[in-house]
Amino acid sequence: MNSEAIVNLLYRVADDELIIAHRHSEWTGLGPILEEDIAFSSIAQDKLGHAQALYAIMHEHFGQPEPDQAAFMRNADAMRCSHFVELPNGEYDFSLVRHFLFDSAEMFRYHAFTDSTLEPLAKLARKVIGEIKYHLYHAQTWMVQLGAQGNDVSHARMQSALNEAWPYALGMFEPGPFEADLINDGVFVGEDAVKGQWMAFVTDVCRDSNLTIPSDVDPVYGGRSGYHTEHLQPLLDEMTEVFRIDPTAEW
Amino acid sequence: MATIISLDPRITRLQLESEKPEHLEPKQELDQLQTYEVFHQQKTGGRHIHVGSLHAPSRELALLLAKEQYGRRGQTTNMWVVNTRDVFAMRAEDADVFATTPEKKYRDVAAYMVRNKVEAFKKEQQAEGTGA
Repeated sequence: MNSEAIVNLLYRVADDELIIAHRHSEWTGLGPILEEDIAFSSIAQDKLGHAQALYAIMHEHFGQPEPDQAAFMRNADAMRCSHFVELPNGEYDFSLVRHFLFDSAEMFRYHAFTDSTLEPLAKLARKVIGEIKYHLYHAQTWMVQLGAQGNDVSHARMQSALNEAWPYALGMFEPGPFEADLINDGVFVGEDAVKGQWMAFVTDVCRDSNLTIPSDVDPVYGGRSGYHTEHLQPLLDEMTEVFRIDPTAEW
Repeated sequence: MATIISLDPRITRLQLESEKPEHLEPKQELDQLQTYEVFHQQKTGGRHIHVGSLHAPSRELALLLAKEQYGRRGQTTNMWVVNTRDVFAMRAEDADVFATTPEKKYRDVAAYMVRNKVEAFKKEQQAEGTGA
């Protein structure tokens, strides 16, 4: 197996999880209702757990830094997350739409990981797929509720959030430099395969939610090769503020 | 107008006005969402026990939110949600129908001093045994 390809893949997935976890956690204490505040915070903790587990695989098997170092000691240009997860939360409609588009991709991604020839990854995927199933169920139920069963205002807000999110959501599937190796080694089915499953699923849910997917949109790429939006570095500064005071402290 | 500067950067970013509006209109009760009662089952076959209530726009979302509010810690195998409106309950002012007069102690389980009688009987049997 090509370890460089595996490390590249795992950083992409782990960094997405880390950054979306931080964005979700920004709703803690500010959610529109207490119940959603708790749900977003809880999902954020799950995502952080997935990121930690992926950093741990890279540390144990591929000589990468320890999870805390990997998460908190890299600057924006070393991060491999997509632009989609970096965007500020905005209003709750945008956060929900992003949560849905992200977790439906994650569902297919982790489903593919359960069959990976990289055994620690397959084991992790089998362990956390239930959590992801719940995350997606949460997001999908709100999509249908606010898109199809709410009122004109909720529908308009969800449609506008979907329009805004769409090009960035497509950017999640930016292919890495080692797609062929990963596919040939049976580590991962590749971004194109996941994107195809995701597109079919998202199309169904959007139809159930009376929402129209924007057409002829170019994906926003760059995150996977270290080019990021202006939102990422301030997020990292805020997230690592306490850790950087003393990186060797025992927590 | 000045905005709130908080130790929490998220609050500062919201640029909230620091002065309260003069007049705040109170909201109507349940102006947006209904409430649901949540029942939690710990083990398969066990009882579903009422654990609290929550706000939700539909029963589907109530069930999802129930999982977070009441099922994320400790063991859970199943949950029920019931719209609070569908709970048929005794009126609080009718609580006196459950009252009973102190003279009717014989109706309380605690009034049966069976254990004392059993102990006394055992002692008696023992005494007879040793005597024989």
